[in-house]
Amino acid sequence: MRTGKLKSNEEPKEDPYPESMRESIKKVEQTREERIGKEVDRMNPDEREQVLNKYHPDYREEGMRGLDAGPNQGDQMPLELADLLEAYPAVDPSEVDLTKVDYEVDVLVIGGGGAGTVAALWAIKEGIDPSDILIATKLRHGDANSMMAQGGIQAADREVDSPKAHFLDIVGGGHFANKPELARALAKDAPGILKWHEDLGVMYDKNEDGSMKTLHGGGTSRKRLHSAKDYTGMELMRAIRDEARNQEINVEEFSPAVELLTDSDGTVTGALLYNMETEQYYVVRAKSIVMATGGFGRLHIQEFPTTNHYGATADGLVMSYRAGANLLDMDSVQYHPTGAAFPEQIVGLLVTEKVRGSGAIPVNRDGEAFVFNLEPRDVEAGALIRECYGRDMGVETPTGMKGVWLDTPMIDMIHGEGTFEENLAYIYRLYTRFGIDPTEDPLLVFPTLHYQNGGIEIDDEGRTAVEGLFAGGEVEGGVHGKNRLMGNSLLDYNVFGKRAGISAAKRAKETELGDLTLEHARRYIEELEKAGVDEERRSPMLIPEYRGEEALSRSIDII
Amino acid sequence: MNEKTEVETVEIFIMGKRYEVPKGLTIMKAMEYSGYQYVRGVGCRGGFCGACATIYRLEGDYKLHTDLACQTTVQDGMYLTQLPFTPAGREQYDLEELEVDNNPLLDLYPELARCVSCNTCSKSCPQDLEVMDFVNEAIRGNIKEVAELSFDCIQCGLCAARCPAEIPHHHVAQLARRIYGRYQAPESEHLEKRVKEIANGQFDDELEELVNLPKEELEERYENREIEE
Ligand SMILES: Cc1cc2nc3c(=O)[nH]c(=O)nc-3n(C[C@H](O)[C@H](O)[C@H](O)COP(=O)(O)OP(=O)(O)OC[C@H]3O[C@@H](n4cnc5c(N)ncnc54)[C@H](O)[C@@H]3O)c2cc1C
Ligand code: FES
Repeated sequence: MRTGKLKSNEEPKEDPYPESMRESIKKVEQTREERIGKEVDRMNPDEREQVLNKYHPDYREEGMRGLDAGPNQGDQMPLELADLLEAYPAVDPSEVDLTKVDYEVDVLVIGGGGAGTVAALWAIKEGIDPSDILIATKLRHGDANSMMAQGGIQAADREVDSPKAHFLDIVGGGHFANKPELARALAKDAPGILKWHEDLGVMYDKNEDGSMKTLHGGGTSRKRLHSAKDYTGMELMRAIRDEARNQEINVEEFSPAVELLTDSDGTVTGALLYNMETEQYYVVRAKSIVMATGGFGRLHIQEFPTTNHYGATADGLVMSYRAGANLLDMDSVQYHPTGAAFPEQIVGLLVTEKVRGSGAIPVNRDGEAFVFNLEPRDVEAGALIRECYGRDMGVETPTGMKGVWLDTPMIDMIHGEGTFEENLAYIYRLYTRFGIDPTEDPLLVFPTLHYQNGGIEIDDEGRTAVEGLFAGGEVEGGVHGKNRLMGNSLLDYNVFGKRAGISAAKRAKETELGDLTLEHARRYIEELEKAGVDEERRSPMLIPEYRGEEALSRSIDII
Repeated sequence: MNEKTEVETVEIFIMGKRYEVPKGLTIMKAMEYSGYQYVRGVGCRGGFCGACATIYRLEGDYKLHTDLACQTTVQDGMYLTQLPFTPAGREQYDLEELEVDNNPLLDLYPELARCVSCNTCSKSCPQDLEVMDFVNEAIRGNIKEVAELSFDCIQCGLCAARCPAEIPHHHVAQLARRIYGRYQAPESEHLEKRVKEIANGQFDDELEELVNLPKEELEERYENREIEE
């Protein structure tokens, strides 16, 4: 057999959908015409409440438990996270030599995604020499959730908009659980952040006169979502990373932090890094530390697939919690309503809200619309789960996964041919790679684990409850309360990455390097022993386990 | 072996070693199925980060294919290896100091002029970008065209790995996009204006009021807020 490169458009015309799914698509096609221009009613508050209570995963009691150890004792959170927080340190404190220090820096940034890189850049602006900064990261610099954002970033920069309107949307969306001063910082800094991006050369989508192209997102009162096609996260992250390279900031890749180090007062004074390739550890001594390790999608809470990158395993929460940081709102997890449910190769990957924002609506097995397309994320996700499991009106894939249709051909019918390919280039490419043309056929979707709403408590300067430790980005909590709106987390990593970086720099200028101990870890171990925690449980996780069962069952470690 | 015999499988060769894996997996998932645990060669798992660049050949085919391990389905008789890192020179620059009128692309990357128009870069691009076209635009100093043609670049480096002229296309393109965004894209007046208003403290009082509002009142303001059509 001799074949040339199979470009998507040259692929043999085999139906990507199996017979049973194709049958259902025919029904979707029959109802399409009459659905266009007809809005489904929004739910009333009672209906929303019912859908959430009955179908949203956060409301499943079996999925949660209270903690027995640490600052958040008694707080409910997902089992998968609770098991990592209540676990023994992966590194035995008696096995490491802290007297041999590998790095001495002013500012150590843990996590080379958006928040971490932004923090480092602003620490420089605050007067720290780039050679006195170290970014330690798990994978490559920029291999992060920040690289994956599609839809956009919010900022109240238009005449009709205001930071006040943005503030109201943030706290309303967060069910009023947000720390108000954090929500204020987010809204107020936003336009300045976009200006900074423009100075860095970020290419936002604009009209010819330079005004920004903006859209509504779920829960926005103004069209406030700024985008760079559906590669917004990538465009931001690669420009910010490029600037960090120009500034010659030292980045240690494949060297995640595995434990913080503290002095006898409990002040954070350094960290242990672990080179995942050579398996050696490094000791870092730092005047300030910025935690920027992002979210926890790879914990697959309640067995959900996820949109997150490979390194999103809650390490920052684990390390900070042991050092005494308080966590907020860990009981609320964001499931994005529309994750890919078919084909198997891309299950869990995000189909951006922009697709629904552009007019595609979810429909069931019989081609019937069953929910307004832009309910708040938690409600929309609940409605999709209800359709599949409450009403049994979902479509089953050959691997037994259920989903509903997102009727994407509607988009070009509404806005004209070519709209989809132009504005949703990533989604178009993602599906055509596997033989599905979203302008011809609908896409099967199901909720997917997307975002960590809560996290380490900070104040509006990015300080945590632990002296010397700052945090920014998805790892921290309080900004979004119980539910983050689309476009506010790219903003979050910029606003609080910046604030944490500046605060860390200020502290570094005023303090000396401290002593390095693992006292806090020893104390936490005692607490775990008292609570009777299973000795086998270790954390942080670093990378998820995806090896095949058969391969794993025969794995032995003898080299 | 046990009951898993019903699953249809394909034969693949990971760095030359044979494995049998279920049909329909991505290269990435097939390697994991076979027992590999990734540290290198994986990032986003969704076609954004370019960490999983892969080269493969199919049995009986002379062609060396390039693609992303997280976005490509395994085929029977696939010989593959990943290329998680491409050593490609990147030039340092100061965006504020660049002389943008004198084709800084060619200035920083003179190797652009060695392009022999073989089009291997475009053919090796897993994003199907017209890489050679933007190299030509770069030589001519058409920064906007380079920026736009390269916009979907995920910087996997496969083009650079295969280029006989040893051009680091992805770094050239990054530079072009930043120059375009900084110096050539039309300026956003409403943004400048708002930034000034905020600096002048124009919204401070109303924000301060909201921050201190009791929850019930905040709820009321939220429910009654105006929504732009
Ligand atoms: C598919 C997808 C689409 C999204 N779309 C949008 C959108 O349209 N708009 C929006 O506003 N938001 C969106 N988000 C959310 C947003 O992208 C993230 O919340 C945000 O970018 C998080 O930034 P961060 O810097 O905090 O974390 P990340 O960008 O994830 O960076 C964290 C970094 O820390 C590293 N790390 C982890 N553990 C360790 C350790 N132990 N030691 C050292 N390093 C470690 C990670 O590998 C990673 O590089 C999206 C997210 C995803 C996944
Ligand atoms: S892992 Fe990021 S592109 Fe494949």
